[in-house]
Amino acid sequence: MTQDVPTFKQAMLAALPSLRAFALSLSGRPDRADDLVQETVMKAWAKQDDFRLGTNMQAWLVTILRNSYYTQMRKRGREVQDSEGTFTSRLSVAPSHDGVMDMADFRRALNDLPADQREALLLVGASGFSYEEAAEICGCAIGTVKSRVSRARTRLQAVLDISGPGEYGPDGTNVSVATRVFAG
Amino acid sequence: MTNSVDATMPPDERPDPPAPPSPLEFQPLDFRSEIADKLRQLYSEIEREPIPDKLLDLLEKLDEAEAKSKR
Repeated sequence: MTQDVPTFKQAMLAALPSLRAFALSLSGRPDRADDLVQETVMKAWAKQDDFRLGTNMQAWLVTILRNSYYTQMRKRGREVQDSEGTFTSRLSVAPSHDGVMDMADFRRALNDLPADQREALLLVGASGFSYEEAAEICGCAIGTVKSRVSRARTRLQAVLDISGPGEYGPDGTNVSVATRVFAG
Repeated sequence: MTNSVDATMPPDERPDPPAPPSPLEFQPLDFRSEIADKLRQLYSEIEREPIPDKLLDLLEKLDEAEAKSKR
């Protein structure tokens, strides 16, 4: 009986669904996402001697993919938005119906984040990596990842709050109180 | 993990300047929050999709090519 150690190919196959989810969520573009995954598969295959079975295949593939993504972004001459970017001017992501932010709205809000913040949020919040692993994947300090996740979270929460029920809006009570106060 | 990623590190990956000392600066992601829910939902929708044939074919071809080269 041989032991069931997954081959490199099997380990890669198992990692693909989550890798696709990361690619699609990071790039926000279905056409580009599958190209990214394909490129990653080819690069990973060529570099498979660098990979030791039993270590984190997902982290390894994600690292290759995100490096390809940023390389492509630079080649396209598209500037990666800086972290303090233009988000505030785009806060008015309109919810498609009252009080509920559906997935399309959420994707849009996610896409509006600077790429570095979106990446950090996805790695920690969706891919299930620890802050330490995310830092290694991004090649930056843990504090930087924490800061990016925190800023992403704050910005997304602002969008969710805007599209949520208008509990801070002027309701009857507030208006009458304000009227009384200012009338007095 | 190799450090070869550094060579292609985009400018935005350089460590941020020290953050201002604000108590609100580092809010950890609450995994029970609406944002965390939405992120997981987004992922699971994509993960449920079948892997495109193009990708499966690519893996098969890579595997075959390797097997041939080892003969």
